[in-house]
Amino acid sequence: MSVKMRLSSAAAGPDPQALSGAGRTPALAQERVSSVAKARTWAYGSTLLKILGLAVFAFLLFGPLANLVLWSFAERWYAPFKLPVSYGTRYWEVVFRPTGDAMSSLATSVSIACLTVLVALAVSVPAGYALARLRLPWRTALMILFLLPQAFPSVAIYINVARVFYSLGLTGTISGVVLVHAAHGLVYSVWIAAAAFAAVDRDLELAARNIGASPLRTFFTVTLPLAAPGIMASAIFVFLESLDEFTGTFFVGVPQVTTLPLLLYNASMGGNYQIASITALILLVPSILFMIVIERFLKADVLSKVGQ
Amino acid sequence: MARPSLFGLLLIAPALAMIGALFLYPLGYSLAAAFTEPGGSLSLVHFQKAYDLYSTDIVFTLFIVVVSTLLTGLFSIAIAGILTLSETPWLVAVLRQLYRWPLFIPFIVAAQCMRTFLAKNGLMNNSLVALGIMEPIQATSFLDWRGIIITFVWKQVPFVTLMLAGAMASIDRATIEAGRNLGASRLRVLIELVLPQVAQTLLVGLVLSFVTMLSVLSVPMMVAGSQPTMLTVDMAFRINSYGDYATANALGVISYLIAGTVAWIYLRHNVKREMQA
Repeated sequence: MSVKMRLSSAAAGPDPQALSGAGRTPALAQERVSSVAKARTWAYGSTLLKILGLAVFAFLLFGPLANLVLWSFAERWYAPFKLPVSYGTRYWEVVFRPTGDAMSSLATSVSIACLTVLVALAVSVPAGYALARLRLPWRTALMILFLLPQAFPSVAIYINVARVFYSLGLTGTISGVVLVHAAHGLVYSVWIAAAAFAAVDRDLELAARNIGASPLRTFFTVTLPLAAPGIMASAIFVFLESLDEFTGTFFVGVPQVTTLPLLLYNASMGGNYQIASITALILLVPSILFMIVIERFLKADVLSKVGQ
Repeated sequence: MARPSLFGLLLIAPALAMIGALFLYPLGYSLAAAFTEPGGSLSLVHFQKAYDLYSTDIVFTLFIVVVSTLLTGLFSIAIAGILTLSETPWLVAVLRQLYRWPLFIPFIVAAQCMRTFLAKNGLMNNSLVALGIMEPIQATSFLDWRGIIITFVWKQVPFVTLMLAGAMASIDRATIEAGRNLGASRLRVLIELVLPQVAQTLLVGLVLSFVTMLSVLSVPMMVAGSQPTMLTVDMAFRINSYGDYATANALGVISYLIAGTVAWIYLRHNVKREMQA
């Protein structure tokens, strides 16, 4: 439509004689020009509206993150100043001091996350293989069972886990927290591992068996390497879940185990926004990296089989 | 292969044991604690106490989660609709790059962001004042129920949009073209042609978001004040301040019921759909 308008504007618009004209059809010409102008304003208006909409959207999306970054570099910031009174990296030095709380929390968080990945993979790789390749009774029910911990309001579960762990002496220990995180991440690791195994071409396994490989050798030299990217994706998922987990650690880990999310919470509730913001930024790095690389690991053929 | 594989059961057993020990057993424990008196007989006395103390918070929680879910649905439909139906390529390209950012950001980080962004002297109010949209005197803190809803919607919209845009991309383009050729506006195509075809995905995304928001502890603790608050905070408070597992578990069972109702609505919708098919 706008193309047509532009054509007619080229024909009628630049010709002043058609406007002031010899009195042939001035009304018609004027009408044409005004409709051209209207269409043009409409097109500009719509583009402007789109840019404005995107700007508002981007502000709502990144505003909170920008505020986080501002706080992390603010040495002094109080009302009524709209921006920090003085900037500096003093709090970054505090956080990254080797002996500081933050560094020990980071070490705790990362080691818990690594152990969680090990535990989750140790149980979910066999389970995923069984779900994808072997005949199991009530297979759907089993798949749903792994989903349940995610589908239930978790606080009520964690308070009871903490109670059970207390009687076992597991509260406030790394192993207790690892177990809670691994159970929480199991749905990702089992479902994605099952999808990854299901996406492996069965003919390749059969070919290996035909030329004399044992089932075990087939699994380790054919099936597992082919499913590795999917399993890698599930490991990353579990790692991130563990790194970001707050509720379970809050009930099971206190007071001895302080992970980064707990440090963030304590700093924020204590009014120390700089430390809280820097901790939040540290937690953001793996999340954003993951968002960028996820498509590389989770291929469409695996994704389409998740949950089946 | 005809009969169940014993080997398969053996392979899956450790994972099942883990779910049993760390989910089913505590779940049973919570039900037992909520429904039994100190003497050991069945009773609803803990629910009475939970209701007396926290009826406002139950309504508050429902309100927050329902409103957040509806808003999440609305925004996700809008963004996914623009991604699918817009005829402005640059708009689609920019929007596609933008909307995903909060997807993997942890709730606790989102809560910390919002705690500063939505405060009375936060970046939001300051920007509005600097742009001349608002007088400094009008600035109010959003750190109450509005803050919780904003944080939830901010965090969940990318997730639902991702699912929805994926589903919309895979529907038959011919139906959309047909609708457009017959002169339907894009809004009408979205509502009458596209949405019915992706309703299932939208519902799954919203149910998952609903349960997630019902379970989050950090956001209501960090974003809003103490009263009224969400059930998760009340549960933590009962445990940490009084060691009162009975009332906390009664509140827990109430939150299971809320989540269960939503799951039931979802299943009923599914059954209806299968009957129609």
